[in-house]
Amino acid sequence: MSIIETRDLVRDFKKTRAVDRMTFSVEPGEAVGYIGANGAGKSTTIKMLTGILKPTSGHVRTCGLDPMRQRVEVARRVGVVFGQRSQLWWDLPLRDSFAILGAIHRMDEAATRARTDLLVEQLEMGPQLGTAVRSLSLGQRMRAEIAAALLHSPELLILDEPTIGLDVLSKQRLREFLVAERREQGTTLLLTTHDMGDIERLCDRVLVVDRGRLAFDGTLTGLAGTVGAQRILVIDLAQPTPDLHDVPGATLVESESDGLRQRLSFDAEATTVAAVLAHVSSRHEVRDLTIEEPDIEDVVRRIYAASGRA
Amino acid sequence: MKTFWLLVRAGFRRHSTYRLALLAGMTTNSVFGFIRASILLAALASAGTAIGGYDAPTTIAFVWWGQALLGTVNLWGFAEVKDRVRTGDIAVDFLRPVDPQIAYLAGDLGRAGINLIGRGVPALLLGALLFDMAWPPSAVSWVAGAVSILLAVVVAFSGNFVINLLAFWLVEIRGITLLWMITGGLLCGLYLPVPWFPDWLRTIANWSPFPSMLQNPIDILAGRVVGDDIASAVGVQVFWAVALLALGQVVLRAGRRRLEVQGG
Repeated sequence: MSIIETRDLVRDFKKTRAVDRMTFSVEPGEAVGYIGANGAGKSTTIKMLTGILKPTSGHVRTCGLDPMRQRVEVARRVGVVFGQRSQLWWDLPLRDSFAILGAIHRMDEAATRARTDLLVEQLEMGPQLGTAVRSLSLGQRMRAEIAAALLHSPELLILDEPTIGLDVLSKQRLREFLVAERREQGTTLLLTTHDMGDIERLCDRVLVVDRGRLAFDGTLTGLAGTVGAQRILVIDLAQPTPDLHDVPGATLVESESDGLRQRLSFDAEATTVAAVLAHVSSRHEVRDLTIEEPDIEDVVRRIYAASGRA
Repeated sequence: MKTFWLLVRAGFRRHSTYRLALLAGMTTNSVFGFIRASILLAALASAGTAIGGYDAPTTIAFVWWGQALLGTVNLWGFAEVKDRVRTGDIAVDFLRPVDPQIAYLAGDLGRAGINLIGRGVPALLLGALLFDMAWPPSAVSWVAGAVSILLAVVVAFSGNFVINLLAFWLVEIRGITLLWMITGGLLCGLYLPVPWFPDWLRTIANWSPFPSMLQNPIDILAGRVVGDDIASAVGVQVFWAVALLALGQVVLRAGRRRLEVQGG
């Protein structure tokens, strides 16, 4: 049985159609990235999956249940984090939020404590347990939010922009935790994000939504292939250099300051950063380099363009 | 039930972290209690007799129990639910396997508890120290008074919860909140005992839920209402508690169907 199933799902707001005949399903154990521009209908879909919003029409089942009519039952089996909203008790120590949530989910105290200890250890939050939630840093709070959503060991974890505003290190730790959690528990994951890194490290399948419609459903590699999204290698050279047109597997995108900085795009399937770098540095002195990943907005824009709706 | 109790405790602890606010509230309640007691005693003295069943000691009890319950019973209302509807944070409440109304009621009972202990009782004791005050005449009055206070908290919460939920339909409910505060403040018997009202106003008050939020527990605790009348005073409160909680459920359901969570 699919853990998420939607068929011709529609939600209209006053004048706009936020979700337009959306049909997809997610199987248990999958990790699905759900991406699209702002206002494309991602959050609206999530709210219909969790029984917060009533669909205008169409069919939706979460864990085999009708979320609008069986909201409480769905809430017991699903964990949700809205990156911009908190489910913790602002003026109480973090530990109390876990205790209350455990009781809300009808876990006994021993089970709540054991699960809290485990999550706290994995997320390295021990020192913050006695801190009032309002005093946590954003990174700490987000880890706490995820622990709170996972406390009752849900079958399905839905994360809406979990890494928004986090620094590189916090993002990294969060992703590592999620990978480990999924490996151990087999939790199904549905994730919306603007961060391509989240998708690359966490998801095996990507759904792209455009103006409420599903524009792509497939693997990340398939997505990159479809739109020709390429990584960009930015090379700073010691001296002004003629344009690097002859690097195998790479294409010159741009050359600045008489060739002191050159940007090469390359297809991750055809060549590697190391090969491109080796080729360039055998001929010129390289001072510095950075890699630009295809960003989600870009990928989405290309998808939109490809479907003739940009 | 265990969940409910934990939520009560969480409400208690949440509000006990703001000790300075409790102290400030206690001080204000005491000062106003002193002023009100002096004014009402002067009114009694000029009448030369008990008014509406209130002699001097019961009047003092009326004033100081009123001051003590002012912070306990949420007469002036709260904005938390309204704000959560407006910002869309109410969505988080719907993600939990509990009824939001029950969860907020539990939190409010906890808030009432800390306010009674930290703010109400000290003000009451101060009043008893400064004035000659009537105490509940019997054990029955004490017990019924305690039950009546609990019901008053529930009635005030349930009424305010419904008002807060109007935010599902209205962008701004400040006008309604203000109207509720003014009407409620008068009709609940905070400024003057309801039995002192002119007939027409007393009739209006007695048909409204407001006396159930303050006048009824005070009447029982001040010993003005005794015997069988206690049962009817508490009965009226039970009626309003059940009616307003039921109304809250209806409105909450309608609001949820209507919900349009903005952004994010």
